[in-house]
Amino acid sequence: MRNLALTDEILMQVEKPARYIGNEVNAVIKDKDKVEIRFAMCFPDVYEIGMSHLGIQILYDMLNRFEDVWCERVYSPWVDLDALMRREKIPLFALESQEPVKDFDFLGITIQYEMCYTNILQILDLSGIPLLATKRGEDDPIVIGGGPCTYNPEPICDFFDIFYIGEGETQYRNLLDLYKDCKKKGQGRKVFLKKAASIPGMYVPSLYEVTYHEDGTIKERISLEEGIPETIEKELVHDVTDTYYPHKPVVPFIKVTQDRVVLEIQRGCIRGCRFCQAGQLYRPVRERDVEMLKHYAMEMLKNTGHEEISLSSLSSSDYSKLPELLDFLIENCAGKKVNISLPSLRIDAFSLDVMNKVQDVKKSSLTFAPEAGSQRLRNVINKGLTEEVILEGARLAFAGGWSRVKLYFMLGLPTETPEDIQEIATLCNKIAAVFYETVPKEKRTGRVQIVASTSFFIPKPFTPFQWAGQCTKEEFLEKAYQTRGAIASQLNQKSIKYNWHEADESVLEGIMARGDRRLNQVILKAYEKGCMYDAWSEYYKNDVWFETFDACGISPDFYTRKRDDKEVFPWDFLDCGVKKEFLLREWHNAQEEAVTPNCRSRCSACGAGRYQTGVCLEDRRKQL
Amino acid sequence: MKVRIKFSKYGPVRFLGHLDVMRYFQKALRRADIDVAYSGGFSPHQIMSFAAPLSVGHTSSGEYFDIEIHTFTSEKELQDQLQDVMVEGFDILEVQLLPEKEKNAMAGVAAADYLVSFSDSVSLPTDWKDRLLEFYGQEKIPVTKTTKKGQRQVDLKEGVYVLEVRGDAVYMLVDAGSGSNIKPGFVLETFFEKSGLTLPRHPFRIHRIETYKRKEDGHLAPLIS
Repeated sequence: MRNLALTDEILMQVEKPARYIGNEVNAVIKDKDKVEIRFAMCFPDVYEIGMSHLGIQILYDMLNRFEDVWCERVYSPWVDLDALMRREKIPLFALESQEPVKDFDFLGITIQYEMCYTNILQILDLSGIPLLATKRGEDDPIVIGGGPCTYNPEPICDFFDIFYIGEGETQYRNLLDLYKDCKKKGQGRKVFLKKAASIPGMYVPSLYEVTYHEDGTIKERISLEEGIPETIEKELVHDVTDTYYPHKPVVPFIKVTQDRVVLEIQRGCIRGCRFCQAGQLYRPVRERDVEMLKHYAMEMLKNTGHEEISLSSLSSSDYSKLPELLDFLIENCAGKKVNISLPSLRIDAFSLDVMNKVQDVKKSSLTFAPEAGSQRLRNVINKGLTEEVILEGARLAFAGGWSRVKLYFMLGLPTETPEDIQEIATLCNKIAAVFYETVPKEKRTGRVQIVASTSFFIPKPFTPFQWAGQCTKEEFLEKAYQTRGAIASQLNQKSIKYNWHEADESVLEGIMARGDRRLNQVILKAYEKGCMYDAWSEYYKNDVWFETFDACGISPDFYTRKRDDKEVFPWDFLDCGVKKEFLLREWHNAQEEAVTPNCRSRCSACGAGRYQTGVCLEDRRKQL
Repeated sequence: MKVRIKFSKYGPVRFLGHLDVMRYFQKALRRADIDVAYSGGFSPHQIMSFAAPLSVGHTSSGEYFDIEIHTFTSEKELQDQLQDVMVEGFDILEVQLLPEKEKNAMAGVAAADYLVSFSDSVSLPTDWKDRLLEFYGQEKIPVTKTTKKGQRQVDLKEGVYVLEVRGDAVYMLVDAGSGSNIKPGFVLETFFEKSGLTLPRHPFRIHRIETYKRKEDGHLAPLIS
């Protein structure tokens, strides 16, 4: 029997001790003496969040298929255990073996959102690994980061030995072979890192230096070693059907956020919404073969015992075999009492029919994401959803028995005017009116419920809006109040509920998203002053963060400002497939309110065509 | 058809709460492809009844739940099918096809017995065994029991059917009926408190040995017997 890293006394004191015991169904246990590489894969947030992440399940499965590797999982201890571990000096451990992370060869950290940066330091700190990569020695694990935030890794580059840029399925084998080779030859950490820098997709930040102009913008990047690449191109899985995908995902004991089988139907998106980072990073869109998905769906349900399956992708309605896949799932799941949880689909006759088959109409609500209230602003952001389409979708839905609608908008988008905000309210009101027109009085069971939510727009690297300015907290809040006021003055205001996102967090997220190397010290100091779990509003310490910026002599405004067309960005040395010229062209199109067609109707020469896969190889004439 | 399943819980999974154990078995039944009956309605669930919930941290060799199934091959086959999908810490000990009139596992629970040992952090006076037996030897042991509904006075003596010292541990057979159940930890805490001894946090290691029903003749018998 495995021994636990934590004593009964400690486990009985903390909330949800099952977070820390491992041993879940399908967790992989290997004989540590029979493997050559111990890999700790970490999601720097609490177990329930981290266990819901598909990317880790894919990499965990892949790495454990390698006979010479044992990959284990690590999550952030919750604040209660965190305090006990510090007090009792208990080192952070991996769930499977319950052994200290510090004894591993690799610590991989997936970086999914900016607000987890201090949790990365928590992981390193509790593990007893020096926070700064330069202070690490031969006995410390190689700390490697991956995930969307590594497309601007500079604000956290001091804490990592390597960043893996792009999709994880492709280069780990080469990296691990290099590691073994260096170990065999007795070559140390420095030699390994230098050699790793030549593997495609690997960015070793310590091998580069950055100089700045007097105004704070970047002057130059200097390679400190001969023969290391100046730009690093993202890694991409060319064939998303013939690749790694877990047959037996780990099944958590406790209820987690995503407590179901997740089937990734495609990677990437054809849409090109100008605010969306994922839509650019994962270009070109690549569909998985429908037969593969059917096979995996049944296999994963059988191996996990989950009672629900959900489809995952960006803009799932664009998956060309969606009707076939859904028919298959409906046919094969109903008898097994498996729920199908639908992704947010474009609302039309097809999706309503499917929803009707798989959901309780009375309980479910419909979701629209117009993102902006007015057609003008929707053109700016290239969101190809028109008012006619929304109202027609709503009409069909109301006629079919739905009476709850959720709407998502963003505030603070480039070029936004008070009129655009006003139109958020007008649109909600029109939808409510459609309900009263469509559903006769005798068929109504109460009011229509419309829930409008707004988040604040944050410019992200590798999007056409990477040049845009970001609103201040005060501007954000003013816009939220305007929205609230506009909704309150509508005829159907009693049917409309309005929620908005926190403004403080959005400002910090924006600073981090487009930050540079100088933010490392701010993050380090904020962590030392107790910042952690920033993504959890009850633990987010806005005052501490902004005091820390002050103390470091760094102006947050520098990072939220509008950028000049010619400015060199901290992330320009990375190549995500999409070219900067294309993004700039799109930034100008946005200001001219010009719409760019999606990848399936016309190629816009974004640069991802060089990968010669996915939508880039489709014959577009067929679509016309 | 109704089937009763007996299982053990030990090792790391002792830190799972009752609801998580239920969820675990719901998924296990699906992995094992057991033809469980579902309730009607729009969100159907497996027809399942667990006997006495076990507190987080306790181990057990006498846990039970009932399920309703459509097809039945043999008790042995069902046991093997389910055992094949277990993780370390859960073992399927016995399976029994139930007679139609049998009360479901939850309603049928009358008593449970436990072995309570002490954590290393507990230092006991040398005469603790005598003092404990003396405490249990009293005619009545009035205590205040705190439940979700509030506090009430009970006689601990009525709910603790047997109390013995076994080596350095304490054996107890107690009432486990819903509403009248007695927790073994509570019995010992009461003893220590009344003896003026202070205990560290989490002083006990508690193992449930068996869960019992009351037969028509008034005697206790394991839920599968």
